[in-house]
Amino acid sequence: MLRQLEGSRAVAEAVALCRPEVICAYPISPQTHIVEALAGLVKSGELAPCEFVNVESEFAAMSVAIGASATGARAYTATASQGLLYMAEALYNASGLGLPVVMTVANRAIGAPINIWNDHSDAMSQRDCGWIQLYAESNQEALDLHLQAFVLAEALSTPVMVCMDGFILTHAVERVDVPDQEAVDAFVPPFQPRQVLDPDEPVTIGAMVGPEAFMEVRYLAHAKQLRALELIPRIAADFQEAFGRDSGGLLRPYRMEDAETVVVALGSVLGTVKDTVDELREEGVRVGVLGLTSFRPFPLAAVREALVRARRVVVLEKALAVGIGGPVSANVHMALAEASAGGAPRCCTVIAGLGGRPITKASLRALLADAVADRLEPLTFLDLDWGVVNRELERMGASPTSGPHAENILRDVGPVAAGPV
Amino acid sequence: MFQVRIHGRGGQGVVTAAELLALAAFEEGRFAQAFPSFGSERTGAPVVSFCRIDDREIRLREPVLEPDALLVVDPTLLHQVDVFGGCSPAAFILVNTVKSFDELGLGEFVTHFHHERLLTVPAGELAREHTGRPIANAALLGGFAALSLLLSLDAVASAIRQRFSGAVGEGNVAAARAAYDWVGGELRELSRVPA
Amino acid sequence: MRAPAIRYYQTGSFAVGNRLLDPDQRALQAEEQRSNTITCGHRACQGCGEALGARYALDAAMRATGGRLIAANATGCLEVFSTPYPESSWQLPWLHSLFGNAPAVATGIAAALRAKGREDIRVVGQGGDGGTVDIGFACLSGMFERNDDVLYICYDNEAYMNTGVQRSGATPPAARTTTTPAAGPEPGNVFGQGKSAPLIAMAHEIPYVATATVAELRDLEAKVQTAMALRGARYLHVFVPCPLGWGSASKDTIRIARLAKESGIFPVFEARDGEVTDVSPIRRQVPVEEYLRPQQRFAHLFKPEPHTEVIARIQAGADRNIRRFGLLDGRGRGHDEHTPAGRGHGAHAPGPDGERVGEGSPA
Repeated sequence: MLRQLEGSRAVAEAVALCRPEVICAYPISPQTHIVEALAGLVKSGELAPCEFVNVESEFAAMSVAIGASATGARAYTATASQGLLYMAEALYNASGLGLPVVMTVANRAIGAPINIWNDHSDAMSQRDCGWIQLYAESNQEALDLHLQAFVLAEALSTPVMVCMDGFILTHAVERVDVPDQEAVDAFVPPFQPRQVLDPDEPVTIGAMVGPEAFMEVRYLAHAKQLRALELIPRIAADFQEAFGRDSGGLLRPYRMEDAETVVVALGSVLGTVKDTVDELREEGVRVGVLGLTSFRPFPLAAVREALVRARRVVVLEKALAVGIGGPVSANVHMALAEASAGGAPRCCTVIAGLGGRPITKASLRALLADAVADRLEPLTFLDLDWGVVNRELERMGASPTSGPHAENILRDVGPVAAGPV
Repeated sequence: MFQVRIHGRGGQGVVTAAELLALAAFEEGRFAQAFPSFGSERTGAPVVSFCRIDDREIRLREPVLEPDALLVVDPTLLHQVDVFGGCSPAAFILVNTVKSFDELGLGEFVTHFHHERLLTVPAGELAREHTGRPIANAALLGGFAALSLLLSLDAVASAIRQRFSGAVGEGNVAAARAAYDWVGGELRELSRVPA
Repeated sequence: MRAPAIRYYQTGSFAVGNRLLDPDQRALQAEEQRSNTITCGHRACQGCGEALGARYALDAAMRATGGRLIAANATGCLEVFSTPYPESSWQLPWLHSLFGNAPAVATGIAAALRAKGREDIRVVGQGGDGGTVDIGFACLSGMFERNDDVLYICYDNEAYMNTGVQRSGATPPAARTTTTPAAGPEPGNVFGQGKSAPLIAMAHEIPYVATATVAELRDLEAKVQTAMALRGARYLHVFVPCPLGWGSASKDTIRIARLAKESGIFPVFEARDGEVTDVSPIRRQVPVEEYLRPQQRFAHLFKPEPHTEVIARIQAGADRNIRRFGLLDGRGRGHDEHTPAGRGHGAHAPGPDGERVGEGSPA
């Protein structure tokens, strides 16, 4: 049914439709509306049987999910930013134990400095923890990916995080098609745990594994993600058949057939990029877009195939791998590395939107003009105020006790407008 | 695509206004996207919200930088925040105030805009009259419906009722209708006066 | 409710011979049909108090629940010695997740069972003192606050033993550990505020809190049985000497646990809903010195010359426990196990001069 909903609400309804048995959550902006909505559904009895556990930290949230999932219950939680980091140990534990927990990450920047706005640094910080990572482009896709996530997670016995841009998607009210319970029940079967704590058939889960077998156990986690490369498109195809929508999958090309320049990106910025590309196409610029939906597993072969005919690739990232550049770019480079030496497109990294700085069509137009003219540096920071940066660098050079960077910069940039009435 | 930007202060229902606008457009079978400026909101701080309306899926995610319509819920912002930034001369502008543009110190400024698209409306007063509280957002939307003819008053009323039940909903619908009629009256006056 | 009192004969070690008892008074461990929940072959040290305590506690829990039990275990000695790759000594469904999350994992298991309508299956969370009072403390408190249906058992050997005997929040004053070495003007652990997990559990007013030692194993079994008859958050704190970490003889584990109780160092009691309901009194009080001497971790208090002030301070701490919990019947007199259980030595706040109120006339 078509409804005009806040993204968080759409996700909550999607999760509820999947009949989770244990929801454990700790509040953090901008995920709060999701768990509040689910708390309401459980408390009113609309979502039952389901235990909603108000936990004392994100570390506890993932731990409760681990215990619940190991007991054969479909478990769900949601977090962002600092919360994701706080449960980092438990993330590795869940994936290492092979528990199919599904979690929403409302992507938000990681401090310091504290920042509640959107970027991808949180999920990117956990890209190697063994969880599958899917990125939603729109609220509809966020809704759809949660259904697919439960199917995927339980098929592989591996946890899945669905990433949706904090505030930009979570707090945007837009039209979504919410499927009915019957259709979801047909698509998401009851959870059949691969392993379960059951007094009738006791098992020991979580014992130490020594050097004799650790590599093999870890390889299995990797093998499962490789298997996901096949399963993700299959589930997306099943989804299309069941619900009539093209959602999910590994990646989504847009106007790439004859594109010389390709923008690679994840998440909601793809919408703005596509609008920009449409305008440029009107002007005869041969530019296309490659949206990555699955970041882990990273679809090396599919990315290579999609990009190999382009002349240049611009990877637009919302995260910074401090000291080197862009996490997504590194993976894209890997995909292109095996392409024939002469034919590989030139690949540039653009770091944008950190801490919620808007990525505008105007900036993208200018960026792509530079790209097409081959004026782009290998690493660019979009809309960075170099004046502000250089002034702080000067201060640092002038004195070893120059004070905190952020405070200095904020004084430089000026206070937010809030003058006398 | 039609882009609306709404300015006000925390606690004045600015975010809700954008959502109601989007809901009204949805009621009329259109695509709409509403979102706030995601500031560290607190009561009294300047807040901006946005709404885009289109007949096809809206993919754009940037803030509304070139509004086709501007709604100002709190006139004390007018000389503090750049509320008019990016507005084209053809933009619809509706300001909640009992004063005139001259009295607001914008007499010269508004001559750059189309005079039949630029109005003040005492939405807060109308809201107080019909709901008991001077929360002007719903009334302002009623006025906007009359000014822009982008949405029907019925759609606005339906959105309000979906969001606010009972007497609160009805009061806000009444305020919206009052503002709608008020703006309609003003527009008729303006069309009689040579530009 | 304590285990039924018995007469026993002092044999130097205060051990009770099960064969001397009527069958119905024997410990569960005397039964051939016991669960052996943690079965033999594990790699615990000789004389490990934790292995002893865990065996008694879990078999009692299994019996109380008809074998319908799931355990969540924190990282630590118990977890490590019970699951030496590629073996496991556990004969119940058992999950080890992380060091600091055993209470939360147990909460998750209980929530899942509740969602599935399988509350006939019960949940035990367990860990050492480090995993309980330090790194797992927030999760423990959260579990208490929500009154999740979990029995949490802490095996307290007063340091991070598995990683090599480092100090924990449960390490007593003056004790030597690798991070509180016996050096300098104040050797060993500082005299801090301590962190009484049982008292903190009581502050949460959960349905049941109890302490026990491996010197009174039938008492331990009885307390587990009592706990499993209740629902909601329950906490059991078991004093378990560690020969390796404490530098005590492996044969002395039970004896040292008894000395901890008899000196007042470790009060043994039960509490319901935040009020002490029963106290296991000291039989024959001993000075703390007798408890400290057999442990190398306190050796620096006696050699090269005795730190009498430190020992006096430790004694004062023990005396405070005695006063606070009413561990002695009357003034300075012990109390043997002839007293039938539950005679009504209930919750007694100390009177103005520290005497037990409502007890009857002191000598």
